[in-house]
Amino acid sequence: MTETVVIEPVTRIEGHARISLELNDDGAVTDAKFHLTQFRGFEKFCEGRPYREMPALTARTCGICPVSHLLASNKACDALLSVSIPPTAEKLRRIMNLAQLVQSHALSFFHLSSPDLLLGWDHDPASRNIFGVMQQAPELARDGIRLRQIGQQIIETLGGKKIHPTWVVPGGVNEALSQEKRDAMLALLPEGLEIAKRTYDFYKGLVPKFQAEAGNFGRLDTMFLSLVTPLGHLEHYDGLLRIKDARGRIVEDMIPPEDYERVIGEAVENFSYMKFPYYKPQGYPSGIYRVGPLARLNNAEACGTPYADVALAEFRMLQDEGPVASSFHYHYARLVEIIYAIEMMERLLRDPRILDERVRALARGNADVGIGVAEAPRGTLLHHYKIDDDGLIAWVNLVIATGHNNLAMNQSIRQVAEAYVDGNKLEEGMLNRVEAVIRCYDPCLSCASHAFGQMPLNIQLKDANGRVIDELRRD
Amino acid sequence: MSLATKLTLATAWLDGCSGCHMSFLDMDERLVDLVQRVDVVYSPLVDSKTLPDHVDVGILEGSVSSDEDLEKAEAFRKHCDLLISLGDCAVNGNVPAMRNRFKLQTVIDHAYRETADVNPQTPSNRVPALFERVRPVHACVAVDLFLPGCPPPADAIWHVLSELIAGRQPDPLAVSRFGA
Repeated sequence: MTETVVIEPVTRIEGHARISLELNDDGAVTDAKFHLTQFRGFEKFCEGRPYREMPALTARTCGICPVSHLLASNKACDALLSVSIPPTAEKLRRIMNLAQLVQSHALSFFHLSSPDLLLGWDHDPASRNIFGVMQQAPELARDGIRLRQIGQQIIETLGGKKIHPTWVVPGGVNEALSQEKRDAMLALLPEGLEIAKRTYDFYKGLVPKFQAEAGNFGRLDTMFLSLVTPLGHLEHYDGLLRIKDARGRIVEDMIPPEDYERVIGEAVENFSYMKFPYYKPQGYPSGIYRVGPLARLNNAEACGTPYADVALAEFRMLQDEGPVASSFHYHYARLVEIIYAIEMMERLLRDPRILDERVRALARGNADVGIGVAEAPRGTLLHHYKIDDDGLIAWVNLVIATGHNNLAMNQSIRQVAEAYVDGNKLEEGMLNRVEAVIRCYDPCLSCASHAFGQMPLNIQLKDANGRVIDELRRD
Repeated sequence: MSLATKLTLATAWLDGCSGCHMSFLDMDERLVDLVQRVDVVYSPLVDSKTLPDHVDVGILEGSVSSDEDLEKAEAFRKHCDLLISLGDCAVNGNVPAMRNRFKLQTVIDHAYRETADVNPQTPSNRVPALFERVRPVHACVAVDLFLPGCPPPADAIWHVLSELIAGRQPDPLAVSRFGA
């Protein structure tokens, strides 16, 4: 007889989900599933809208990484216009994307995961949150709030709003950068870099304590997918697709994003509203791969900025050889990328042409298909549009960054559950570890969940006669 | 709700993008002050899995699109003294309600059949049942206070919470507007 343990809602993640674990008579985990519980339907309801609405509309997919959708959508629209945007516009878009990387990674590390890393997975759930961290480690909490704020302020300076800015438009951006704004953003960066380096050094010292977690929190043999520059360096805005295998061999390289359908297929499982992308040539589900900070650092030859490249070299030493395999090290990779993003923003803002007035290419719809790609904080994001003769959207496909990690997240919760969950003696901290491995991926689910009020989390283990042998409540 | 006792606060997201919760976090260092005066007893940002029986202020982001959204909205109404609709999706349906002009099944089919190449099917195992029509929160349960915006700015959220903490009636439309 099997028992099912349901964890819901999964907390301290962006969006709502539940996890179900199947246990056998011996209390051992036999299966684990990650359920996304929201469906929104953007791909359908955008049909019939003017393509110029798409950036603002699809940004509403996500309040954490609206800039990623704004960029992928505008790049798809650039392709519909058949223009190459002015070089300064590209740099300005890059700055906004890097600012979002800083705020989103800061949110993931400080606000969502630091309670586990600092207070421990078994800490009292009532204070195992960012407000608890404010009490226990106020300086770290302040650093996290400030770093996220710096990212958000740069987005606001460029786009007028911290969340759902609109300044990026098909063909470029709609307003050149003023010297005053440039200087205001530059003034924020030294403090940002200081916080980023301080946090990185702190975490680097902490990581050796997490040997067990590194070994069990999604230590998987998978491929890695990300954008890279034509030189194979770290890239978040443009570039070409690269896939490496678990041993670090390049499987696919320099694939134009327009060819994504050759390498990426999408499967559906009945237990989740999230689809399961896979590497098409290897079939489903063996074509499992990961995206996001871990994949980007594993795929890149270099970051291309001084401090981040030192940190990248140290990241590679987390493992004796090959790509870093444990999803636990997404946290580490995120901190490396924050350093990179701040260094790179500084470089772009100091570019002598960044104040250039020419920031937008004007054109009408000149192609009927447009594909746009960007690296969202959590992975490769694709927008694919078709328009009719009137410029109205006829067809949409979105491949969402978090989706690429769906197969890996499912394997990871199973690995953690097998290692830590003992059905004969359930403890809250065991279940929190299962949630914590999901936090490593920093998924962006933007979704709803339930089971509280009349349906509190109440797990009962029953024996073959239906007698309750153990019970766990989380209030 | 005197200054001596902490106000209890619960938040949840229904069908939305979590941008309103991000705007809540955009209160930044003011969050440190806020938790001196407010206890966040239930929220996606904390680990409690159950809504307490009695909560002073409940905040709902997002519209009602599934049976689970409705269940959550009803629970918030039942257990929270004051219920706030936060953001345009909660207040008027906004972007999620754009699917209302299509039949639900065609929206589902596009995502899980037409753009999938393995196992095309409608997910149904341990996922919520979707409603044919997306509705704003107040179409399902009574709402006491509306704070529009996409998202409402952090200053507006701060204003509303500070006024409530001080025992005064906030004026949300003075600090935000639709589509802000």
